[in-house]
Amino acid sequence: MLLNDEVGTLRKIPLFSRVAPAKLKLLAFTSDRVTYNEGQTLFHQGDEGDAAYVVLSGRADVIVDSPTGQIKVAEVEPNEIVGEIAILCDVSRTATVRAAAPLEVLRIRKDHFLRLLTEFPEMTVEIVKVLADRLSHTTAELTAARSKARQTNS
Amino acid sequence: MDPSLARYIWVHTWRQQIWILFVVALSMIPYFMSFDLPKRIVNGPIQGQGFETPGATQPFLAIDVDVPLLGSLHLFDGFQLNRTQTLVGLSLVFLGLVIVNGAFKLYINTYKGRLGERMLRRIRFQLVDRVLRFPPGNFKRIKPSEVATMVKDEVEPLGGFIGDAFVQPALLGGQALTALIFIIVQSFWLGMIAAFIVAIQLVLIPQMRKRLIRLGRERQLTARALSGRVGELVEGIGAIHINDTSNYERADIADRLGRIFKIRYDLYQWKFLVKFINNFLAQVTPFLFYLVGGWFALQGRLDIGQLVAVINAYKDLPGPLKELIDWDQNRQDVQVKYAQVVEQFTVDTIMDEKLQMLTPHPVGPITEPLATSHLSMIDDSGAKVLNRVSVQIHPGEKVAVVGTAAGGAEALAEAFARLAWPESGRISIGDRDLLELPEAVTGRRIAYASSDTYLFQGSLRDNFLYGLKHAPLSEPKYDEDASAQRRWHMEEAKIAGNPDYDPNSDWVDYAAAGATGPEDLYYVLRPVLDAVVLTQDILDLALRSRVDPKLHPGITGRIVEVRQALRQRLHEQGLSSLIASFEPNAYNVHATVGENLLFGAASGSELSDKELARSEYFKSILREDRLGEDLYLMGIAIAENAIELFADLPPDHPFFQQLAFMAPEEIPVYEQLLQRLRGKPFDVVNPEDRVRMIKLSFAYIEPRHRFGLLTPELMDRIVAARHRFHKDLPEDLKRAIERYDPEKYTTAATLIDNVLFGRIEHNQPDGPERIRSLVRELLDTLGLHDEVLDIGLEFNVGVGGRRLTSAQRQKLDLARALLKRGDFLILNRPLSALDQRSQDVVTKNVLEEVTRDGRNPAVIWVLPNAGLANLFERIIVFHGGEIVQDGTPETLSKENGMFMRLVA
Repeated sequence: MLLNDEVGTLRKIPLFSRVAPAKLKLLAFTSDRVTYNEGQTLFHQGDEGDAAYVVLSGRADVIVDSPTGQIKVAEVEPNEIVGEIAILCDVSRTATVRAAAPLEVLRIRKDHFLRLLTEFPEMTVEIVKVLADRLSHTTAELTAARSKARQTNS
Repeated sequence: MDPSLARYIWVHTWRQQIWILFVVALSMIPYFMSFDLPKRIVNGPIQGQGFETPGATQPFLAIDVDVPLLGSLHLFDGFQLNRTQTLVGLSLVFLGLVIVNGAFKLYINTYKGRLGERMLRRIRFQLVDRVLRFPPGNFKRIKPSEVATMVKDEVEPLGGFIGDAFVQPALLGGQALTALIFIIVQSFWLGMIAAFIVAIQLVLIPQMRKRLIRLGRERQLTARALSGRVGELVEGIGAIHINDTSNYERADIADRLGRIFKIRYDLYQWKFLVKFINNFLAQVTPFLFYLVGGWFALQGRLDIGQLVAVINAYKDLPGPLKELIDWDQNRQDVQVKYAQVVEQFTVDTIMDEKLQMLTPHPVGPITEPLATSHLSMIDDSGAKVLNRVSVQIHPGEKVAVVGTAAGGAEALAEAFARLAWPESGRISIGDRDLLELPEAVTGRRIAYASSDTYLFQGSLRDNFLYGLKHAPLSEPKYDEDASAQRRWHMEEAKIAGNPDYDPNSDWVDYAAAGATGPEDLYYVLRPVLDAVVLTQDILDLALRSRVDPKLHPGITGRIVEVRQALRQRLHEQGLSSLIASFEPNAYNVHATVGENLLFGAASGSELSDKELARSEYFKSILREDRLGEDLYLMGIAIAENAIELFADLPPDHPFFQQLAFMAPEEIPVYEQLLQRLRGKPFDVVNPEDRVRMIKLSFAYIEPRHRFGLLTPELMDRIVAARHRFHKDLPEDLKRAIERYDPEKYTTAATLIDNVLFGRIEHNQPDGPERIRSLVRELLDTLGLHDEVLDIGLEFNVGVGGRRLTSAQRQKLDLARALLKRGDFLILNRPLSALDQRSQDVVTKNVLEEVTRDGRNPAVIWVLPNAGLANLFERIIVFHGGEIVQDGTPETLSKENGMFMRLVA
């Protein structure tokens, strides 16, 4: 898979969908292409987050530690991104991600990503729009959930 | 050092000065004889005086000595020679005198030069010796580069002066006086005139030169300050860049240079004015002679012969006089410089020489407690950092010292290490004052490490063992030449008042570190390095370095075995895909195109990446199956991609580090080139442009750059070109490249490259880290660990250790303190550059290491936070320069005091 294919994949991810292709190409070029075998871990819950991963091929499980052991909470498939919160703000990983099949990912490093944002404000604006969109969705969902909870309580 | 230069010179060289005076006096005899001889040659054999009759002979070399009271004493009749023979004889005597005079001159100049250089050596050594004995507080006020200028430049003119210090005035004064007396004898009044003018010169000129001396002193001070500032600029270059103050610094330097120029120009002007007046006075005398003497002659009070004799004699007066005045100026100049320097190096509280006496024998352990009584310390601003503190640390005690910021804990550590001297009160070991103990005791039995490390430029090994180099312990083996050299050095050192310790002997006190010699040093060094967690770093340094197979046959000779073992290990762990091996007949996609073409490491500049595309031989290889054209097209594609990706970025952007093909400033160049070359067939492109494009292709790695430019067919042709390249490689290029050989060590490649014999695959997560830890494990199992450690210890740490990280520097400093195995180990926040987790690990390791092998030194550890204090037997808590709590961890954790607040 080549740089141009990676750009195609990045465009399918909502977070990057509105960013100019030339900038995505630079983002892809400065990122590393990494392959994992089945069972290898991308990162552990509690680690400091330093990169986001875009799945190019294969499958990965998202696993959370719980008092009863590890629970698989989600699955990541090609053209999906995982760990993206870590490259936007300083939080530790909230889950462990492990390859469930031979996995190929594009590893976007936090410092590279932030450099790109400072270099190209138009890219930042596009990403802020996506995030704001997500926030409004989350808020709406939260409001709905709260009112539902209030209804059940009362 | 004596404040008067003349006295200083006389005290150290009076024997030599008297000898040289004597030799100079002796040299006058042939000198004056050679004056008389030309007259005798002309008058005698040439004009025929005494040879009036044919066949007449004259005695030659007859010796008559005039002895007062006894009259003439006839010693030797001489040879009877005729006119021609006398001419030859006298001419030969003349030649002989020329040689004798020259030989005297040579001897005198060499002797004076040697005398001066020896004194210079003595002065310089004494200055540095004083620096080594300065009290610690003194160093906060002096700039290193100023001290260096004083030792190096400012005393330099003294060397030239010392040889002339006494000889010159004696000689010149004598000559001038003789000429003057001769004139006075000829004519009293003309003599008086000459004496009067000379008196004016001798009084006026030195007066005028006072200003020169003042200016000279200013010049010296400003120049010294300049070199201090330049030194500061170099040391603080980081701060200058960070704060954008380069122009502020430029202003300061320009201003200083301006002031120096003004002083130097003043000096210059005044110097030539003085010269003018001096010359004028010298010339005014003959004017007076002509006028006054002529007038006397006209009146008949002086005959013409006398007048001519006076004017002739006067010719010999200004020369010596001028040189005498010059000598005097030189004297004053040098005296000022000397006084300036001596003043800077005179410190009342300088340490006694006895404290630093060379002590080759081992020093017994300290068995008494280290104690302070009513110890007060102040910092530079005069603030009290310790206030009448009395504390006692017993041998073997493990003490944690904690406290609030500037609470006094650090000051106590510094006082124990003698880095700061008490304001009042005292520090003692048993009943002896710590400051009166020789450094041989404190420097060997007390170890100290702090966050403020200093490493000397040299290898890591030198720096580790620095704390053990107290005295030359072995007699180095010299061959005949070297031992003659050594004897000469010792002799000279003694004459110049320098010590004759041999820097080539082994200074390392292995016994103090618990080893018997260099062979089993690793046995004691390894646990120490492990304790401070530095072993891995050193192994990595070794792996990244190029190793000379002659020096380290242990690993280079077993490289094939190491490679196989690594492959085996990777295979066992299912990690074979981590490394793409170099295969002579296959393309390695994880290596660059250039590497695949060369299949070797460039050991000379001819085939380095930059020059490769220019090499005629290489071009001919590329021409053969038009591979050059393919690489050219590849270069075009790379250039297009690179420009598309990077054209918008500012040239200093960190992303350019990822762009291996071109430097940021080359982007516009390639942009133009692309426009010019677009659509042109390969054959019409000029060779220079071809080279530029082909060069880009050499850095390309497909899995990394992912431009999609390598086809299997192209890879095969590159491998074919590789074979052609090596087949007919010309002799001169053979030396510039070392071909990769699975069976051989490649000297031009790093150790890790040699071990891997391939490239780490780019798409493996954390590939380099995993490989490194695998290799480290492997070295241990193969028994090569110490060998590689040895290579790593050769790493040069750079000026002040700057090639190491600050964490590595602190660990090294701590390891050095541990290696000494002292009775008191004082650690003053030695790990501040490490993160908390590493600090915890190292602290625990160190406490374990110091008690290994049944040793039990006292440890006084100033901790940055109280969390680790529970590892110790006793905790002392400082606050506001006083001890507020002192006790075991158990008692302190029960008290509701400062300690509990610090822990919380």
